[in-house]
Amino acid sequence: MSTSTTPGARKGSGRPLITLSSARRHPRRHHTVERPRRSPLLTALTGLVLIYSLVPLLWLFINSTKTQEGLFGSFGLWFHSDFALWDNVVDTLTYNDGIFVRWLLNTVLYVVLGAGGATFLAVLGGYALALFNFPGKRAVFAIVIGAVAVPGTALAVPTFLMFSEMGLTNTPWAVIIPTLISPFGLYLMWVYSSEAIPTELLEAARVDGAGEFSTFFRVSLPLLGPGIVTVLLFTMVQSWNNYFLPLIMLRDSSWYPLTLGLNAWNSQASTVGGEAIFNLVITGSLLTIVPLITAFLLLQRYWRSGLTAGSVK
Amino acid sequence: MSMKRGHASSALALAATAALTLAACGSDDAGSDDAGASDAGTGDANNADAVEAALEEGGSLTIWSWETTLAQVVEDFEAEYPQVDIDLINAGSGNDQYTALQNAISAGSGIPDLAHIEYFALSQFALADALTDISQFGAAEFDGTYTPGPWNAVNQDGAIYGLPMDSGPMALFYNQTVFDEHGIDVPTTWDEYVEAARDLQAADSDVYIANDTGEAGFITSLIWQAGGQPFQVEGTEVSIDFSDEGSTVVAETWQQLIDEDLLAPITGWTDEWYQGLADGTIATLAAGAWMPANFESGVPGAAGDWRAAPLPQWENGASSSAENGGSALAIMANGENSNEALAYAFLEYANAGDGVQTKIDQGLFPGTSEHLADEEFLNAEFEYFDGQQANQVFAESAGAVPEGWSYLPFQAYANSIFNDTVGQAYVSGTTLSEGLQAWQDALVTFGNDQGFSVNQ
Repeated sequence: MSTSTTPGARKGSGRPLITLSSARRHPRRHHTVERPRRSPLLTALTGLVLIYSLVPLLWLFINSTKTQEGLFGSFGLWFHSDFALWDNVVDTLTYNDGIFVRWLLNTVLYVVLGAGGATFLAVLGGYALALFNFPGKRAVFAIVIGAVAVPGTALAVPTFLMFSEMGLTNTPWAVIIPTLISPFGLYLMWVYSSEAIPTELLEAARVDGAGEFSTFFRVSLPLLGPGIVTVLLFTMVQSWNNYFLPLIMLRDSSWYPLTLGLNAWNSQASTVGGEAIFNLVITGSLLTIVPLITAFLLLQRYWRSGLTAGSVK
Repeated sequence: MSMKRGHASSALALAATAALTLAACGSDDAGSDDAGASDAGTGDANNADAVEAALEEGGSLTIWSWETTLAQVVEDFEAEYPQVDIDLINAGSGNDQYTALQNAISAGSGIPDLAHIEYFALSQFALADALTDISQFGAAEFDGTYTPGPWNAVNQDGAIYGLPMDSGPMALFYNQTVFDEHGIDVPTTWDEYVEAARDLQAADSDVYIANDTGEAGFITSLIWQAGGQPFQVEGTEVSIDFSDEGSTVVAETWQQLIDEDLLAPITGWTDEWYQGLADGTIATLAAGAWMPANFESGVPGAAGDWRAAPLPQWENGASSSAENGGSALAIMANGENSNEALAYAFLEYANAGDGVQTKIDQGLFPGTSEHLADEEFLNAEFEYFDGQQANQVFAESAGAVPEGWSYLPFQAYANSIFNDTVGQAYVSGTTLSEGLQAWQDALVTFGNDQGFSVNQ
């Protein structure tokens, strides 16, 4: 095909003739959304980014198949002679009376209550801000936007002092309650609600005699699905990976989330008399990201449909 | 107990708070000098009774410690005194735990009754009035129980802030296999050490005598061994001076290793470091007597290769050593259960009583003279060191630690900026002496800003 002089044909590579003819009819618009222009530079850059993001994952997987000794005695990006993945997984789950499982359950608890609660509140708040008018709305807008800009890390110590006053530190509540507030999620739901729900629809529902609550649950909520999933994904990832807040709040390792627990295992190696368990830290890290990857794969189709919402009228 | 990498932020917070409360405690120091030593057995009788009474009555205690051997001690103690309930929490190692402790102190709640604190960080908490002076319970009676290094570390300005948990008299760990392979003698002086470093590199360019990318705890220990006393502390009067003979000789000797690229550019406690110890890249390691446990768990592949030898000397024929690491268990002021008498009862049991043997049995290196002189302890054969009775080396080292050393009341901060100053010698053209001078300048400024009077 490369010998052809027609620009459309050069790009065609096995496409049916109809494309060729349509390209002839519109010679200037032969790069469509389905058949974008190929830029070698862009392809190379994308390839680099792909490698950059996949190599750590690959490393993680390869090295979780090695024993502690194998880790030191073999090349990092290839397998060691003895394949110890299953032993490592079993050891990770049973080491120290199975504390890893406890950390996993803690993390799930923080994600379900924290991220779930944050999403719920963000949906309620965003919806209200998008569709109802009330005095002080601009002030709320300013506060929400401002809150998005404040890093959670900066608030951790003041929050600690406040929670300490209330006697909540070193309890799961100290992690769950601050997680419930997600200014970014609220902002996202606000924007999404105002796009996804026509005010006419609400008026129609009101005319039909529906109360605000039933309008929300029966008319609006189904329309908000993709937005909710997006916020849920964001808060979930944030809550799953949360490190600093639990670090400040929790002392008792039986309430640790996975992030803190893995760090504790890792620092064992730099502690006098502590057992170096790099193989378990690596295997534990692999196990830690599996649920996140699964969640993404399961939720992505909702998410995709969400991103295209409003693009076709 | 640990050689954790420093976290600048936590150290800063710590030092800042320490300084904030300086005004409050500065006045107490002058009056309480020698109080601990002279009161033993007289005015403390009441307090000793209080400790007994607290034990009988029982109660709860919270302990923050990352010392793994303490779990068994707690279990034994609870079995002996069922009316006492102890919550042992690992709140993180080293600086992580200090940050948590500092947060709790700032908040005024959730402070543990006892906390595990490394010697270098003790005075920082003591100055912030966060520790209880246990000489009121008669702790001065333990003078002589511990070797000089650890005992001096818990004694400050006439007060006793905790009892030594363990100690880290230094030794030279060396890879016998590597030295034998190249027919090189194990050095007994630091000059020989430099020679050996050259010979090893000449024999095999993959073999380095040691790894070093600049570590405060290590260099200060070498200065300690050389008889240097760069830090002098009297209450809030601090003097920092690296121009003494000890500091100079260390800087000059070690400079040769840096100049000739004889040190492996590997940072301690990383996985690369464990790898280097395992595969023979790093031929020696000058560290505290706590190191065997880490060899066993972190470098299992090199079992049989390594041995322990006395630390090389600065002067031919001398026998001087130093402490590296080590930690105390201290009673916190305003602890959760506010039961200092009971806390003292446990402290005494764990670090001076039956608990010591329990910890030794699990591999901890004690700071108690009695146990260090125990035949069974001294003759214990280390399977990892191919049957060597390594405790004899360590015990001898413990008795040869020069007195008069002290750390800064803001040592954690000092350690955190070590790499920005002294550490430059490892990566750029500055020398160690210039680096030490830069460290000194930075510390003098910092100390004065924090309310200490440094070099004034």
